Amino acid sequence: MTVGQTSGPTRGRAPLGLTLPAGVALTFLVLPVIAVVVRAPWASLVDELSSGEARVALRLSLVTTSISTLACLTFGVPLAWLLARTAFRGRSLVRALVTLPLVLPPVVGGVALLLALGRRGIVGQYLLAWFGLSFPFTTTAVVLAQTFVALPFLVISVEGAFRASDERYDDAAATLGASRWLTFSRVTVPLALPGIVSGAVLSWARALGEFGATITFAGNFPGTTRTMPTEVYLALQSNIDAAIALSLVLIVVSLVVLALLRERWLSGVSA
Amino acid sequence: MMARLRRTAPCVLVATTLLAAAGCGGGSNESSGAGSSTTLTVFAASSLTGTFGELEKTFEADHPGVNVQVSLDSSTALATQITQGAPADVLATADQSSMQIIVDDGDNAAKPVSFASNTMAIVTPPDNPAGIKTLDDLDGTDFVLCDPSVPCGSVAAEIFKNAGVTAKPVSLEDKVTAVLSKVTLGEADAGLVYVSDAQAAGDQVMTIDIPTDVNVVTPYYIAAVKDAPGPALAGDWIDLVNSQAGQQVLNQAGFGPP
Amino acid sequence: MSLLASFVVRRPEHSTTIDLDVEPGRVIGLIGPNGAGKSTTLRALAGLARISSGEISLDSHILAAEGVHIPPHQRDVGFVFQDHLLFPHLSALDNVAFGPRARGVRRRTARARARDWLERLDVGDFADRRPRELSGGQAQRVAIARALASEPAMLLLDEPTAALDASGAMTLRTQLRRHLSEFDGVSIIVTHTALDAMLLADRLVVLDAGEIVQSGTPADVASRPRTQHVAALVGLNLLRGDAVDGVVSVPGRASIIAAEQLNGPAFAAFPPSAVSLYAGRPDGSPRNVWSGTVTSIAPHGDALRVLIDADMPLLADITPAATATLGLLPGSRVWASVKATEVSVYPA
Repeated sequence: MTVGQTSGPTRGRAPLGLTLPAGVALTFLVLPVIAVVVRAPWASLVDELSSGEARVALRLSLVTTSISTLACLTFGVPLAWLLARTAFRGRSLVRALVTLPLVLPPVVGGVALLLALGRRGIVGQYLLAWFGLSFPFTTTAVVLAQTFVALPFLVISVEGAFRASDERYDDAAATLGASRWLTFSRVTVPLALPGIVSGAVLSWARALGEFGATITFAGNFPGTTRTMPTEVYLALQSNIDAAIALSLVLIVVSLVVLALLRERWLSGVSA
Repeated sequence: MMARLRRTAPCVLVATTLLAAAGCGGGSNESSGAGSSTTLTVFAASSLTGTFGELEKTFEADHPGVNVQVSLDSSTALATQITQGAPADVLATADQSSMQIIVDDGDNAAKPVSFASNTMAIVTPPDNPAGIKTLDDLDGTDFVLCDPSVPCGSVAAEIFKNAGVTAKPVSLEDKVTAVLSKVTLGEADAGLVYVSDAQAAGDQVMTIDIPTDVNVVTPYYIAAVKDAPGPALAGDWIDLVNSQAGQQVLNQAGFGPP
Repeated sequence: MSLLASFVVRRPEHSTTIDLDVEPGRVIGLIGPNGAGKSTTLRALAGLARISSGEISLDSHILAAEGVHIPPHQRDVGFVFQDHLLFPHLSALDNVAFGPRARGVRRRTARARARDWLERLDVGDFADRRPRELSGGQAQRVAIARALASEPAMLLLDEPTAALDASGAMTLRTQLRRHLSEFDGVSIIVTHTALDAMLLADRLVVLDAGEIVQSGTPADVASRPRTQHVAALVGLNLLRGDAVDGVVSVPGRASIIAAEQLNGPAFAAFPPSAVSLYAGRPDGSPRNVWSGTVTSIAPHGDALRVLIDADMPLLADITPAATATLGLLPGSRVWASVKATEVSVYPA
């Protein structure tokens, strides 16, 4: 630490005890991605990807993850609000149940969805008998599987954001004549928006990578239920180059989306 | 002084425990043969689940101290893994083209040998909700096949071609056991699986034969992998599979002769 | 639009009992030490807290009663918070327009009305600024505009000048005086500042430990305080004790001789300016003489206010010159005297 420098960190350089482990973490995370880029079959990339299968799978992935992210927002934000702003008996139990899909192995989640909403499921059998509704082997099932695994991410992020925002603003809004709904939509949500955005990104990312529950509950058919991860898994069995090429596509798509999200939106424009 | 000891003592204890555990972990592999390990790794097509499971017990009884590890997956996946360096001693596939994958890569120790054959059958849930009797009845139902990239899928596709069936399945699974489970769970109206799988499923499914004039007989192949850790054991395993005892096990499970 | 509030708010640690009858247009100053129940009172009136018993009615509409609790957004009450609580994500204009819009006024009309109010509070130039771009005083004025823009029947202010410096507070006070006098509803202002209490309120209500202990015009309360808090607020020396023929005493502590004859429980009060300090025991007419130690000396306008630890804590206002002559420093021993004629006594 040199005294008297006019530029540089005011509290001295970052300590080695922190930069070293951080560097290890960063390397660990980035290395596999770099490996994919390095080993990608650049020469035959266009051939591998121009097969309709890749485009179909990618399109299916993008469409289903958009819908499931919207579903997560629509149903998750109110649940987060309830957990953060109201006090009801069994609240901590509800919170624990919400986080359950996070610890369930995805395949187990898929089996659970089958047992609930499959043709012989505890609810599914009635849906089939009364309305002729059957979920397995449909794109709807893909969306359901993705939403199931991604919803906890959104609820937890948004609940945190609601908790962090000052409840006194709600008081102020009430004294100005805003009903609870108006307060929610005009004050609470705008102030918690960065948290909601990052929650949505997290759940979108989780939905995009979802595989185990999807393949178990929805099945595996090109165009209907074969998402990108399933396509990669299948390709891996017989054509490693195709698998790498598809993985590269997924990585690029994810990076583009994340790059589009400016840090400003994620870190907040609140008080 | 005492405060210092109190802090360092736990650290020393943890370090010692870790070292001891690491040391113990590596000690279970004692050599009993000339430089060979006591584990035999067999990669087998998932339709061989029951039969190879039985042979595993026989082999371990005949070779005390040997542990047989059978890895089951689609033949194509296993073959591809071997070309990527997976540590298998033996590969058993459900068709020729997946065995060809390792042959083309030069990973086989000797020429592959056919040890059994299989045909396919239609399976439905026990109550046959869609009332299927023939291949043509599959049209319009929720039936499931294997993906054409794996043996059970390419065979099914050939059968469909033979029978002139153009019906589309609702799902293309990555291995035959996945097809079977969709049917046993009641999610699919029907599926095409190997006769051996249908037999193994017993009461959980209703089996419908496919006429022999459209059915396809697929040969199963077995080969030892080159540069495997235990070539002698691999050879023993292949011998067991081809022996009268092994063939009987396969026969009883519904497999045909090689 | 008068307020009739007679209620009790019961909490685990303490309870607050309020009895207020306020005519429209009046400004009530609510003062008292911390924890006395002032904020609880305001929150109960606004509907941000429930009352345990009693009734609140505004303009003959019942806001709260046994088994009845009208939520805040359905009460016609405006609230100015201590730290303004302007919505950070809205401009000053949109903040002020929030109330009218919440009540169904069309956007354009609401914004026009908001602009008008901002002008009235002299912050029209800042209409498009975000709250974080405003100074404390500007933000507080926007907050007042925001509360008034909904044209409430009652205005509640929680220490509006507390977060401002002296000159900012004075500006705001002047503004408030004007607007409160123009406001035709009931205003209740909680304050710790003597100037707010004296200049803004028509009537002062003193709360202590959840009870109303004194109520009257600012002048009355200031000249005859009944609590140490108010005495300190207005800068008076106060002793509460028993009067016997004009001598108010607290057994074992202090006694003060006053000029009036009074008997019974009483207060004795005298201003710091009435206290004279000496290096040695003074002789002559003053009949109240004490000796003590200087605890602190602070500037007070042109004079210096000296706090002395004697039989009772004493505040004395001394010229700087006198301080120098006496060589006063914290810890110095000093004699103080007050003429009996300068001491006012009144029944407790």
